[in-house]
Amino acid sequence: MTEKPFVDIRHAQKSFGSLEVLKDINLQVSRGQIVAIIGPSGSGKSTLLRAINDLDPLTGGEVWLEDTQVNKKLPHRQYEKHINQVRQDIGMVFQHFNLFPHLTVRENIKLAPKMLKGLSDAEADKLAEEQLDKVGMLERIDYYPSQLSGGQKQRVAIARALAMKPKVMLFDEATSALDPELVEEVNLVMKKLAEEHMTMIIVTHEMGFAESVCDRVLFMDQGVVVEEGPPDVIFRNPTNERTRNFLRKHLANANK
Amino acid sequence: MGLDFSVVPKYLDVIFLGALWTIAITVAAALLSFVGGILFAVIALYAPKPVRLPFRAFEWLFMGTPLLLQLFLIYFGLVQVGIDLPAFVAGVIGLGLHFAVYNSELIQTAILAVDRGQMEAARTLGLSRGQALRRVVVPQAVRDVIPPIGNNMIALLKDSALVSVIGVAELTLSAQLAIGRTYRPFEFYVVAALFYYVINLAMEAVLRRVERRIQASR
Amino acid sequence: MDIELILKVYPYFIEAAWVTIQLSVLTTLLGLTCGALGAAARLSRLAVVRFLGAAYVSFFRGTPALIQLFLLYFGGPQIGIQLDAFEAGVIGLGVNIGAYMTETIRGGIIAIDKGQREAARTLGMSRWQAMRYVILPQAARLMIRPLGVNINALIKGTALVAAISVVELTYTAQRFIGSTYKPFEMFLISGILYMAIIYVTGRGIAWLDRRVRIV
Repeated sequence: MTEKPFVDIRHAQKSFGSLEVLKDINLQVSRGQIVAIIGPSGSGKSTLLRAINDLDPLTGGEVWLEDTQVNKKLPHRQYEKHINQVRQDIGMVFQHFNLFPHLTVRENIKLAPKMLKGLSDAEADKLAEEQLDKVGMLERIDYYPSQLSGGQKQRVAIARALAMKPKVMLFDEATSALDPELVEEVNLVMKKLAEEHMTMIIVTHEMGFAESVCDRVLFMDQGVVVEEGPPDVIFRNPTNERTRNFLRKHLANANK
Repeated sequence: MGLDFSVVPKYLDVIFLGALWTIAITVAAALLSFVGGILFAVIALYAPKPVRLPFRAFEWLFMGTPLLLQLFLIYFGLVQVGIDLPAFVAGVIGLGLHFAVYNSELIQTAILAVDRGQMEAARTLGLSRGQALRRVVVPQAVRDVIPPIGNNMIALLKDSALVSVIGVAELTLSAQLAIGRTYRPFEFYVVAALFYYVINLAMEAVLRRVERRIQASR
Repeated sequence: MDIELILKVYPYFIEAAWVTIQLSVLTTLLGLTCGALGAAARLSRLAVVRFLGAAYVSFFRGTPALIQLFLLYFGGPQIGIQLDAFEAGVIGLGVNIGAYMTETIRGGIIAIDKGQREAARTLGMSRWQAMRYVILPQAARLMIRPLGVNINALIKGTALVAAISVVELTYTAQRFIGSTYKPFEMFLISGILYMAIIYVTGRGIAWLDRRVRIV
């Protein structure tokens, strides 16, 4: 990588009391790159992802997005202003969707752009329609989240994040809470984003999806990056014993 | 006028005695409300209609009116029909009945929540309905409602201050007694509040411990 | 039962019921204000503010409302607070029920899944914006019923001001019991009026609860 990294995580370290969940992690992602983070539960992969937009602040190390340090040390008020600004550039999709149940699909998408970007109601409407069309949910624009299936909810959640025109998208096990038959519709949306060269960092259990979509795969275990490389190497020819064990177990489970 | 707490120590024994009476009336009324609550719940759920309906009306009336009003009714009502009870006894009856109604609500819900299979199993073994209720259903229901009943008892402690109005010489009335002598309401109401606060904390601590024990026994 | 007597005295009770209603409404408004402030304090980022909120709740829930009322009304003048009985009643009862409402409101807020706050913050909303547009609209729906329970208790609680001679329902009942020696009749009139007030309030709360239910 000669290009300056787009997302740059340097010496990330995080502890809860005496428990160290991230140990000196470095990750550079260039613009348009798609990175998958895999590993057993408790490996720290979600914590790392949630550190990128400072949802789970690091105890040590730095996170940069382009020329901005995300986890800058600032007095509380200034920090709040700063982080609210930065987060508008970092879209995030959660395992449990976290749609706002008191708002319709349309209102879910319009809320932040109107409030934070000063869009007019008409502009926000147009934006909501565009984004929903992209994820194939335009028909459900005036439904409430409770009237949607899991896969539909997740597609709306992706549209909501995209409506902020983020520079990078974070996916925190976006398909883990879905029934198997609903996974594909969400994967398709993510593939489409990949084709548009959206920069994405994806924490996932879907090895097949990671292999087909990602440029690079990180295998994490016990708070460290054990191995990283192109998907075909990691999945077909891992050099590390722990990676091999994990993949073998995972495949065995998947084939059950 | 300003504040002067130096008059307080002289009356501490009076206040302390009042606090003991508050504890006594709280314990007595709590026991009455507990036993009464179980009895009321069984009546409300299982008594024959001619008993049940008027009883429901009574419950409804007691839940919809202020405790203070009920205390006046009981105290003066008993006098009117020729029963001149000591204020303490009238206070215990008033507080006890009032909270028995609230406890009964909790116990009714809990009885209905006890698995119907429990009653059926007991009846299959040959227990009568009354025996099944007494030995199988009610004990389970009561265990389930001990924590919320405990909260009612803590409310009862604070509501026991109301019986001062009908002349029970408990903590609040003792404070008023001292105020009558010293004209220092602020000081003595603060002292009374502190006593209540401490008793309240103690009751909460006991309740938490009981809750933990119930949790552990599951 | 002495119907004639009831017919003779009931206008006094109607008038008294009006005072009880005024007390209830004003106390509810003050209680909700104290409850909102208390909950904000209990959920504050600053430990000192959190402690103050907790102390407020602990004191006012840990001591009898009657003592608080007496402290304010009789003890107030010693520290320069002169209130008439009605004012003392509203303030004393309002601040008291506010402590209970603090816990109700706080309970409603913390019952909202933390993913909601995270999603809002992730979109770039500030703490306040997330609270105002995402958490509170959902929490408000959860709070209506338990706040209704608080208000129900508060209406009955207004009877306490009889002890500082505010001429409301309970005071009126007490006075007529003293002058007529008919405790049951007086209890019945005032009881029916209390239950009417509580019934109407309950219906209003149920209506509000239905209206804001999430689809």
